[in-house]
Amino acid sequence: MNSLLTFPLGGVHPPEAKGQTAGLVIERMPVPDELEIILGQHIGAPCTPTVKKRDVVGEGAMIGEVQKGLGVPLHSPVAGTIKDFGMSAHPMRVTSPSITIAVDHDAIPVTYPRNDWSGLTAAELLGRVHDAGIIGIGGAGFPTHVKLKPPPDAKIDKLLLNGAECEPYITADHRQMLELAADIIEGARIIAKILGIGECIIGIEENKPDAIQVMAEAARAASSAECTIRVQALRVKYPQGSEKQLIQALTGRKVPSMALPSTVGVVVHNVSTARAICDAVVSGKPLYEKVMTISGGGITRPANLLVKVGTRASDIVAYLGGVKPELAKVIMGGPMMGFAVSNLDVPVTKTTSSILFLTEKEIDTRPHSQCIRCGWCLAACPMGLEPKEIGVFVEANRAEDTAQFGVFDCFECGSCAFICPAKRPLVQFIRLAKMKARR
Amino acid sequence: MWTVLACLMPPLILSVFIFGIQTLIITAVSVISCVLVEAVSQKALGRPITIRDGSAALTGVLLAFVIPPGVPYLLPVLGAVMAIYVGKHLLGGIGYNIFNPALLGRAFLLATFPVAMTSAWLPPLHDLAIFTHLGAGADAVTAATPLAVMKEQGMEAFTQAFGSGTSLYTSFFLGWRPGCIGETSGFLIVLGGCYMLYRGYITWHIPVSVLGTIALLSWIFGGKALFSGDPLLAILSGGALLGAFYMANDYVTSPTNKISQLIYGVGIGALTVLIRLKGGYPEGICYAILLMNPLSSVLDSFFKPKRFAPPVGGDK
Repeated sequence: MNSLLTFPLGGVHPPEAKGQTAGLVIERMPVPDELEIILGQHIGAPCTPTVKKRDVVGEGAMIGEVQKGLGVPLHSPVAGTIKDFGMSAHPMRVTSPSITIAVDHDAIPVTYPRNDWSGLTAAELLGRVHDAGIIGIGGAGFPTHVKLKPPPDAKIDKLLLNGAECEPYITADHRQMLELAADIIEGARIIAKILGIGECIIGIEENKPDAIQVMAEAARAASSAECTIRVQALRVKYPQGSEKQLIQALTGRKVPSMALPSTVGVVVHNVSTARAICDAVVSGKPLYEKVMTISGGGITRPANLLVKVGTRASDIVAYLGGVKPELAKVIMGGPMMGFAVSNLDVPVTKTTSSILFLTEKEIDTRPHSQCIRCGWCLAACPMGLEPKEIGVFVEANRAEDTAQFGVFDCFECGSCAFICPAKRPLVQFIRLAKMKARR
Repeated sequence: MWTVLACLMPPLILSVFIFGIQTLIITAVSVISCVLVEAVSQKALGRPITIRDGSAALTGVLLAFVIPPGVPYLLPVLGAVMAIYVGKHLLGGIGYNIFNPALLGRAFLLATFPVAMTSAWLPPLHDLAIFTHLGAGADAVTAATPLAVMKEQGMEAFTQAFGSGTSLYTSFFLGWRPGCIGETSGFLIVLGGCYMLYRGYITWHIPVSVLGTIALLSWIFGGKALFSGDPLLAILSGGALLGAFYMANDYVTSPTNKISQLIYGVGIGALTVLIRLKGGYPEGICYAILLMNPLSSVLDSFFKPKRFAPPVGGDK
């Protein structure tokens, strides 16, 4: 194995807390009676429904598409009847337009036979990725076909797959790398063919030695003269899985502020996105299911689940035996970057990678106090920013003057808020600063 | 805060052994006054009362550490009012104060009670190395601090009073010399400082640059000829160690970027030596830190941390 790589600037070491679910095989959760499919699942324009109320849809049928602007189509995860168009609870937007589908439990599940894709052209492959509604499911939700079509002047020579999974608690990517390594590697080969590049590096943090081993074997088996695929172990440090940090760790290249990875000749995809690309191209299966981690001290039975997009958090809780009385906070996403939710009606989207049920012991509920200028956030910030200054400016109602601190470089990893001894909500301050400074 | 307080306990206990129970009473008066003043100021200014965060207690201990052990009990009370009410809360409360509160308290006491603050020294109680030189018949009241002796009476009187060579360094390092309550034991201060370094609460930049500058400049200019000063003695005497590890490092009043920290530390060291050698006071680190405090945010706005990768063509 190669020596361990990491990014040099900043970073923190939150407790990993992955033990509860790292050893649990992905299990398929039974489909609930009703699904709520949010129309705006990706970055870009939300989908417009292509179905009417009381329409009968099959599993994998298209139910929404983007007519104008950036986006991908939306598919029904089940066979069923369109019940309603309404608003769903959403972790970030409070509520968001959605389609409710009543599930037909008697329908026979669709099977997707595998096809040979070696004869397809790059354009055909790209079309399949778009038609299957693939977006970056590592979290950002950026339409994948756009990322696979870099500007013509960019010379791409490396594909990076992100298997760092640096957020505490989450083990969804870890399990997929263990159980579906061949699919991920095949996805990597498809991406490499679309982009016409011959080198793929898969970055995995060293706290997943089993995944590193399985993935390295699968990569070796699939490597050919045209495309070499290899696994690179990374030192455990948050936020290793951030795009710019991962690129620096794996290639030493630095993506300039406000620029895309393609400017340094790199394209990055999450391992689970690669697997979804494999499903889309090899089997023609659209993206409507999601592997996610349900963990934390507040849930009766932590698990890695394969769930249908649109499943409500409350259905997952019921399936896993309910919550414990010590439950204090529910977070969608990881503990560092996720959003706290106030009710369990929130449906799972394509980008939900976990729901955490945290107890008082696992979170810090102390009120925050004034900044004492200790400077720990400066040492923790992977982008070399000054979170403390931004926070003080925001508190003094001068959020619009924070562009000088480079707030737009901040990708809200939460390292500063994690390390802050005064427990200041620095990420929230920065989000506010970004909103005000943009105007 | 509580960890820093814990780091300050060994020097306090030692000072009780050196100077007697008096030091404990002064420290207690100082801590209680600081906590009370904090509560009253916050109440009066309509802010939440935060005496439980330990910062007022820490200021109390630090204030006691920089006043002589033989002063009247009123002094730490007045010092606490100056430090906490004026120095901290009138300047915006914790996080916004420009000057180190404890040192502001000391500067205020030094200006208003110059006699008590410069002569209420107590001689160490136990007959250890240093006192074999002072002699059994030595008058307790003349227990001037080493720096004062050196400044006012010259090097010969100093050597006569405190000895020279290794025994001098040893006794100074261990703390057996007259001085302020908490500043005498170099060993325990460095030990506490190293623990804070180990825990990552502080970084080496400020203490090393302060002490390094004091040592270098004292070596060059401290002696009769150039390059004949005694750098080790310069660090071990006065409040240099206490200042470098506990005062200059104060999060609120020191810069946060590493380059600014080094400049800040060098500035404190240079001003300390300047005041010691050319100024009117035997010890200068208190004023040196207070003079550099307001420069902290200036330095920080001048030296920015290194960005990950600035935008191509600069910020818009």
